[in-house]
Amino acid sequence: MTASLKGSRRSGSNGDLILKTVVGAAAIGIVALLIGLGIELTSGSWLSIKTFGLGFITGSTWNSVTDTYNVFPAVIGTLTASALALLLGLPIGLGVAIFLSERAKGMRAGASALGSLVELLAAVPSVIYGFWGLAVLAPFMRDYIEPTLKTYLGFTQLFNATPIGTDLLTAGVILAIMIIPTISAVSRDILNAVPDSQREAMYSLGATDWEVVRKAVLPYARSGIFGATILGLGRAVGETMAVTFVIGNNINLPKSLLSPGATLTTLIVNQFGNTFDPLSEAALVEVGLVLFLLALVINILARVLVWRMTRSTRFRV
Amino acid sequence: MSLPASLIGVQPKFETKGLKAGFKSTWVLNGIDIKIPPNRVTAVMGPSGCGKTTFVRCLNRLHELTPGAVVEGEALLDGEDIYDRNTDPVAVRRRIGMVFQKPNPFPTMSIYHNVVAGLALNGERNKKKLDHAAEQSLRGAYLWDEVKDKLTDSGASLSGGQQQRLCIARALAVEPEVILMDEPCSALDPTATAKIEELITQLKKDYTIIIVTHNMQQASRVADYTTFFYLGKMIEFGETADLFENPKEELTERYITGKFG
Amino acid sequence: MKGLILLSVAIAIIPLFLVVANVVVEGLPAISSGFFTGIPPSPLAGYGGILNGIEGSLLMVGMGTLIAVPLGVGAGIYFSEWPESRLSFLSSFTNDVLAEFPTIVIGLFVYALVVAPTRTFSAVAGALALAIIELPIIARTTEESLKIVPITLREASMALGIPRWKTIFRVVISTGKSGLATGILLGIARATGETAPLIVTAGYLNYPPTGLFQQTGSIPYIIYNFGTAGYPNWITVAWGAALVLVAFMLILNLSVKFFIGRKSTGVRAEI
Ligand SMILES: Nc1ncnc2c1ncn2[C@@H]1O[C@H](COP(=O)(O)OP(=O)(O)OP(=O)(O)O)[C@@H](O)[C@H]1O
Ligand SMILES: [Mg+2]
Repeated sequence: MTASLKGSRRSGSNGDLILKTVVGAAAIGIVALLIGLGIELTSGSWLSIKTFGLGFITGSTWNSVTDTYNVFPAVIGTLTASALALLLGLPIGLGVAIFLSERAKGMRAGASALGSLVELLAAVPSVIYGFWGLAVLAPFMRDYIEPTLKTYLGFTQLFNATPIGTDLLTAGVILAIMIIPTISAVSRDILNAVPDSQREAMYSLGATDWEVVRKAVLPYARSGIFGATILGLGRAVGETMAVTFVIGNNINLPKSLLSPGATLTTLIVNQFGNTFDPLSEAALVEVGLVLFLLALVINILARVLVWRMTRSTRFRV
Repeated sequence: MSLPASLIGVQPKFETKGLKAGFKSTWVLNGIDIKIPPNRVTAVMGPSGCGKTTFVRCLNRLHELTPGAVVEGEALLDGEDIYDRNTDPVAVRRRIGMVFQKPNPFPTMSIYHNVVAGLALNGERNKKKLDHAAEQSLRGAYLWDEVKDKLTDSGASLSGGQQQRLCIARALAVEPEVILMDEPCSALDPTATAKIEELITQLKKDYTIIIVTHNMQQASRVADYTTFFYLGKMIEFGETADLFENPKEELTERYITGKFG
Repeated sequence: MKGLILLSVAIAIIPLFLVVANVVVEGLPAISSGFFTGIPPSPLAGYGGILNGIEGSLLMVGMGTLIAVPLGVGAGIYFSEWPESRLSFLSSFTNDVLAEFPTIVIGLFVYALVVAPTRTFSAVAGALALAIIELPIIARTTEESLKIVPITLREASMALGIPRWKTIFRVVISTGKSGLATGILLGIARATGETAPLIVTAGYLNYPPTGLFQQTGSIPYIIYNFGTAGYPNWITVAWGAALVLVAFMLILNLSVKFFIGRKSTGVRAEI
């Protein structure tokens, strides 16, 4: 029996083509989705873009009576809360990552159980953190942390306000709790991608564990950790529910870290449904557009940094 | 290059003409011309990295699946070029079976389904035919007696040597004409190796076999003909005993006397 | 130094315990069989139930998952099987970016796309937003679980003369299917907890849904709505809903971890 080698209908090249086309369409769909997001948000906010121009970002008034919708206070709120979150979350997240990747060598089981716990932290929905923040964290901040800060640091404008608990500081703390898993999980992968030869080289020079981490591992992983940080920043900027509960929702410019404020995301949630008036609706969509652009820049930057460190080592068999 | 006397006038089963293959910019095979006789075992030998694996992977068009892989030249199966533009690689692979260096049974399939995978996935639904093919192939691979009572167990539950024979049975089940074996015993212990070697000498009654091996004793035991590759070139081809006892090329001699450093 | 590192580990996990402990302690009083069959109470009138939220969440997460799975699995197959193509690179990068997008932005997108034209919040709009949120998770996990299927298995199959598309379905996907299931579960877990996008797409209804194009409640929305209210019984309802949600999340995540036994890999792992 000598079958022909020539192509035939049964051979499957049609099937290959069909499969590639179908799953390729899904891949195209993802790209189209992102482009669609940009277009739809732009067209949805066109009225507001036309009306306010750049003043949308630089102006400080959000007033439905005068039909003026500017978001400068929310921009400041987003920046402040995110900066606080990074300030608190980065060292802790990095510490966890170092623990998981470096200490793990000796105590596998313990470290992996801990890693799972930290990941569970990320699995808790943000609305839960928000609600918990409002019910438990905010009163705690109001009664204990903030009075202390006011007593000792009240001479700076930053902490000179009556503690109320629902304010920028508490928002920063809750955000820090939420981005720790991001920073630690990504950084752990980055640290794991550091070749052991780097560590061994430093050990062979007589370095201690800590010196190895500080002088060999962290410098090598620098750009990747920076990427992880940016990724954390992206999460903080985009986080909505956790902040909505605790930030106090004040659309005016906050005077201190202990004042209630708003972020771009909480502005959307809180102003939403107040009115179906076209201009305010367009303004809210424009807030979305601003967030879209921010997220785009932040994530592209972060991806490039993280990819450079991990992609090359990740899938090699 | 002169053909061994025993092959003069024999119509080759497989013949390559100026077969070149490589990755992206580098050529690994630099023009191979070889005639593989039917119903014989031909061993491919040569130092590591000389292109043996690449060569056999070209013969069933598996090489081209590697990203960046390139192939040139002809490879004629019964006189028909498997690299012809109208040739369907899937049809080629159905006529040329392959056994890999490491046993690779499908982990999600039972022993039975591993054996009939090639038939079943190509649309054979007839249970009787599948059962028959499974038993025939397992018997052909001398595995039947060891597994006939546990055909529904996972293929991965077998020992390494059994797994390799399962993979041979899997290749036999699609009734190929040629079987390519790339160091099929390198992951196995001596007992399992002996079984596979015995199997190979049985199989040549029905199949043309090309086997890559590093082991000269193994080549002597199983191969009728042996070819020696060096740096992507075929240096010599001859009857196995002849090639080992009086190699015509200096490179071959240095290799078989272990003088490569 | 070791001390500082241990301290940061402690600080990182203390909130988890506190949150879970608070949710359990405060939420338990609300839980009775009626909590799963009744609707939220009037002010100062007992604890009622969250049936509207349960049914709304099931409806929207279900529809969203049905939309996201074919797209996400498809794209994941493309990423893993045609990794060299330019589309793969572009789309996979986009997918990573999309996975990190603020979900409120996705909500606004669906608002502009569906809610504004139809002039009504709806379960359909909510489901669409959840689908977009699940999509990149499912695509990424699919890709990763197919990529770790050894190349030798693909080659074994191709060498038998099995066409590529069948090899992908019957060998590659069948070997990587537990990873695929993980991805879908992670997607469901993520979608179930999303609140912000539902606020701008599905709105809220205090009764179980009766149609697809009307406002639709959800468990997370109940937490938001009742948790920020001033009535003690409403606050307890919110804690109860939080307990239901957290329990669901933990069960889903633990089953992913121990049932399917998949190793965690970084970026994907933070759901
Ligand atoms: N995927 C690949 N990409 C690039 N180069 C490759 C690839 N696979 C093999 N090569 C190169 O091709 C050459 C021949 O490889 P091949 O595997 O055919 O050698 P071999 O004779 O089978 O060696 P061995 O005895 O070690 O199995 C080697 O130099 C190798 O580095
Ligand atoms: Mg080889």
